[in-house]
Amino acid sequence: MKKLTFKSENISKLYNRKLILEKVSFSLNEGTSFAVTGKNGSGKSTLIKILCGVLSPSKGTVEFSVEGVTVPYPDYYPHIGLVSPYLNMYEEFSAEENLTFIAKVRNLGSESVKRAEMLLMEFGIYDHRMKEVKNYSSGMKQRLKYCAALLHEPEVLVLDEPSSNLDQYGIEAVRKFMKLQKQHGILIFATNDKDDLEYADTIYSVENGKA
Amino acid sequence: MTKMIWNMPIPSIPLRMEKREENRTLQFIETMTLTTSYHIFVKEFVSEFRTRYALNALLMFVVTTLSIILFSIGKESPTQDILSGTLWIVIFFSAMSGLSRTFVAEEERGTSMTLRLLVNSSSVYIGKLLYNFILILFLSLIIAVSYLLFINEFEVKSYEIFWITIFLGSAGLASASTILAAIIAKANTKGTLFPVLAFPILLPLLLTCINATKLSTEGAFLTEAVKEFQILISFTVVMVATSFLVFDFVWKD
Amino acid sequence: MKMWLKIAVSVWITGIIIAGIAFPMVRVPQTWYEFPFIPGLEEKARNIIFHVPISWATVVAFVMSMIYGAMYLRKKDMDYDLRSVSSASLGLLLCVLATLTGAVWAKFNWGSFWNWDPRQTSIFILLLIYGAYFVLRSAIDEEERRATLSSVYSIIAGVTVPFFIFVMPRIMSGLHPGSLGDEQGKGPVLEFKMATNMLMVFFASLIGFTVLYFWMYTLKVRLMRIERHVQQINESH
Repeated sequence: MKKLTFKSENISKLYNRKLILEKVSFSLNEGTSFAVTGKNGSGKSTLIKILCGVLSPSKGTVEFSVEGVTVPYPDYYPHIGLVSPYLNMYEEFSAEENLTFIAKVRNLGSESVKRAEMLLMEFGIYDHRMKEVKNYSSGMKQRLKYCAALLHEPEVLVLDEPSSNLDQYGIEAVRKFMKLQKQHGILIFATNDKDDLEYADTIYSVENGKA
Repeated sequence: MTKMIWNMPIPSIPLRMEKREENRTLQFIETMTLTTSYHIFVKEFVSEFRTRYALNALLMFVVTTLSIILFSIGKESPTQDILSGTLWIVIFFSAMSGLSRTFVAEEERGTSMTLRLLVNSSSVYIGKLLYNFILILFLSLIIAVSYLLFINEFEVKSYEIFWITIFLGSAGLASASTILAAIIAKANTKGTLFPVLAFPILLPLLLTCINATKLSTEGAFLTEAVKEFQILISFTVVMVATSFLVFDFVWKD
Repeated sequence: MKMWLKIAVSVWITGIIIAGIAFPMVRVPQTWYEFPFIPGLEEKARNIIFHVPISWATVVAFVMSMIYGAMYLRKKDMDYDLRSVSSASLGLLLCVLATLTGAVWAKFNWGSFWNWDPRQTSIFILLLIYGAYFVLRSAIDEEERRATLSSVYSIIAGVTVPFFIFVMPRIMSGLHPGSLGDEQGKGPVLEFKMATNMLMVFFASLIGFTVLYFWMYTLKVRLMRIERHVQQINESH
């Protein structure tokens, strides 16, 4: 297992000059998981976006290092896998084409083809891989998002509402990968689901600002 | 059918493959932005050919505006100066209706975050810039050819100047439109905002293009239009360089 | 701004207005307050004292707005955005004034209010840029995003401005001093053909309008800060 540290220091975010996140600080090492809870509109998703580097914080820093080498924020996206309701796949492409595109722009080698197939099977959409995503149900889209996020074996897996839109089978598959991620890297997720919280070592509430 | 597949036993393939030894970060940065930009460019193209959001509408737009010009000319014989102007009016407005599509579609379908998470902003910018350039070049070639074919009064005497102007003009239009498209994709009134923002910025470019087109109708030598080409090239270079620097702020907002 | 400075600026500008309008124009100046005739301009030359400094202040406001926009992008502090937009709104006002004083002058020197002279076109484009800037701002609800995008737009617009200096005179023949093919050369302002006393009033006016701009700018910034503060208090109740 690689030595990883993921540290956030005093992250604040203003929205219309109102603080929606105030001084979020935590530190994670490999083999741990971190859950973010909070009411709707409390800034869970915003925090998740900032941690992934798709939204810049108004103040504060996020630090990520692999084997002691710091990867500058927000350029550590090769190490991050994200599943979020704000993140969609290209509708006019099939699942396979989406994954191929991701593998290409992420510059993954040829072994990613095998891994993509494996993931599609794991999430039970292998037989639908040639269909265009616009014909998918919302649950299938969610499964595809997991395939996309896990394709490059990310060191940090970030999940926003991990079990939304999924049936029992999907939830089981997701839980399996959450467990695996916890063993091999860092798992961060935002949820209000009591069952999901079992997978967290630390639980952070956005409202109280405490771990 | 679907239920059956989902109830299948989970295959026993190793869930984590052997990790490659080399540092992936370094490898990633070394592969440079260009290959990634190329993949984005290809994606943009395939996407356009599948959905035909822009292309069909734009071709119809060109046909419509050209026929309006033809009807309004009627039996009059307008001067070359006026015809050079209307040529660039048609090109400007077709650029305005087509070039914002790349970013607006990304924002509307919620795929911009996917892309943000996959690649760095500069490769997105270069990929989209290339796509916009090819699109507007294709459009202005179609406009120029049909203009030459259908408007008999329009006589180009020095074709080198004419085609170089079309090429450089398209590059300039694409360079300024790409960053503006990224801006308006985040605003509320996308459609009307684009020409409003673009006009004052594109005006030096358009005026120079019109001037160069006039020169081509007057049968000027290539050397006489060099100054115009220099302006067009430096406009494009300045625009691309500035956009490259500020694109990150727009994209990661 | 200090009280004495405010009074000084008021007196200063009043003096310039009196001097600009009331000092007699004669062929052979004899006393210190008599301006000499400039051939071709005559009494109309008085406008130099108002039109040129206002145009100068317009440019200062535009550049200030751009610099504060860039500072916002670096620091992400909303106060920079506030300064940027304050400067831009003053710039719009000054731009309109420069256009109007220029148009009046054009009417009496060139025959019509609007001639599509390169400089007139440039100031028209500047008006368009300001217009587009405020339209863009009104089209974005989220304040931080509005600040970012309008800053980027003002930078993009700013880098195109130098092109007008090269492009415009090539496209259209100019009437304004400083354009190509003008026998008068760079004109009375740039070649310092003005008499010493007139030159002094002119530079005094340049300084006066620049300081006036900064005064109005600080007032505007303070006003907007108060507005935002009040809005914040209202929202929290």
